[in-house]
Amino acid sequence: MPGQPELSHEIVEARFHAALWAPQTPDFVASGDNRDRRFAVYRNNVQHGLSKALAARFPVVERVVGSEFFAAMARVFVAQFPPTDPVLLNWGAAFVPFLAAFEPVRGLPYLPDVARLEWLRGRAYHARDAAPADLSALLGPDAGDLRLRLAPSVHLFESAWPAVSIWQINQPGTAPRALPRQGEQALVARRPDFEVVVEPLDPAQAHVLRHLIAGDPLGVAAADTDPTPILSCLVQHHLISQIEG
Amino acid sequence: MTPSQDFRLPARAGLGFKPEHFQHAMSAVDPVGFFEVHAENYMGEGGAPHAMLDRLHERHALSVHGVGLSIGGSGPLDKEHLARLRRVIDRFRPESFSEHLAWSSHGAAWLNDLLPLPYTTQTLTTICAHIDETQHTLGRRMLLENPATYITFADSTWAETDFLREIVRRTGCGLLLDVNNVFVSASNHHTDPRNYLADFPLDHVGEIHLAGHEVEDLPDGRLLIDSHSRPVADPVWDLFAEVIARTGPVPTLIEWDNDVPDFDTLLAEARAAETLLKEVRDARAA
Repeated sequence: MPGQPELSHEIVEARFHAALWAPQTPDFVASGDNRDRRFAVYRNNVQHGLSKALAARFPVVERVVGSEFFAAMARVFVAQFPPTDPVLLNWGAAFVPFLAAFEPVRGLPYLPDVARLEWLRGRAYHARDAAPADLSALLGPDAGDLRLRLAPSVHLFESAWPAVSIWQINQPGTAPRALPRQGEQALVARRPDFEVVVEPLDPAQAHVLRHLIAGDPLGVAAADTDPTPILSCLVQHHLISQIEG
Repeated sequence: MTPSQDFRLPARAGLGFKPEHFQHAMSAVDPVGFFEVHAENYMGEGGAPHAMLDRLHERHALSVHGVGLSIGGSGPLDKEHLARLRRVIDRFRPESFSEHLAWSSHGAAWLNDLLPLPYTTQTLTTICAHIDETQHTLGRRMLLENPATYITFADSTWAETDFLREIVRRTGCGLLLDVNNVFVSASNHHTDPRNYLADFPLDHVGEIHLAGHEVEDLPDGRLLIDSHSRPVADPVWDLFAEVIARTGPVPTLIEWDNDVPDFDTLLAEARAAETLLKEVRDARAA
């Protein structure tokens, strides 16, 4: 445009970015028909695209609150906590504390824990690969001194709410059932055949798993508990990747 | 474009790879010439995505298409993201790598869309530096894709085709010609897509994209949205046929990323492209 200085690239970008979250079409957009609607395509692509990505990551949270409510909530979340890099599969950890502080879902105090369980499933799905270990050492006489290195996909999930049951009954095709009154724990991990499993644990087995994840020897981890149930669960899913004497 | 080590896709139809179609992709007999994936979906640490892509690539040529590098951004490229791209390229050794003439991050935020930029001498310099850095880091040449746009900038001083030609001249990159994007942009900006294609540096096209778009009829006129949610539209097929009559057969991807249909429907679109490619191949052989 003769007589008018070109806006710098940086300024165009900053104003474009700001306008994605504001109602006005920026003035550098050339005039023409449907000017506002044209810019709104970008606004919609960004907001709707990220909101859809969030729903794909937290399908049970979406099911619990309903898709309309979720979309509105996602819009608030996306504006405050957009992805900080292009790897969307790593985005969404901030949704858990966001839900804990988001006033409109205060009546669903278990919701952040359900979201955390979904987040851990995603972590497990994309975790580093590790081949299962030879387990013969476990049968030896000095098993108490052994340290188990677990697959990188193994997580211990703990909640003061029945969040595991809530997650389970919200899986497609699952019949409703009465919820327990107490908190719940589960092992979340990915099997070598890539299936992500959520195995409910009682508090004693969760306690052993916490020690094993921390790298404590089997004898310390199982000081006051028979570790057989959690060990057979880890063996059954091929989640022990190394045994160190 | 002359084949080279950096661009080795066969001049056939290809499909965007969807994990839900993995079994079909593995068991169908010669379904397509190649599959294309978005680089960013393979930047996890391991698991099913990596294993599937390894197996897919044992059987089929692979194109890795980046959607996150923000080559058209004003700021420096994200070094960590470039390093991630390098890991994906080193691990999967695809037959082609491509990215977009667009930006998608600003400040600390990544915006998950391919946003437009003004075509000026300043933006040209920045983008060429970004492409130089990308090609240097990846150790290979890339293809750059023309965008679908909804707005133009009052400040633009270059035509998009001139801008792309100059980028190719300065950086040695190749071009990914998205024919649906050409049609969508031309319709939205009331220009003639054939004029755009007449001006486009077709000698440097290493791949073509075809996709479906949505049409919005608004009180002020029609707006086309590049939605990748439908079959390729007839006028886009016509333009594609005209382009390959000039270039000869080019690797041609059918993009369908939203409301993804079953594998057979995708395959039918790919076959339609394959038929047109074969006509051109036969005509040239005659």
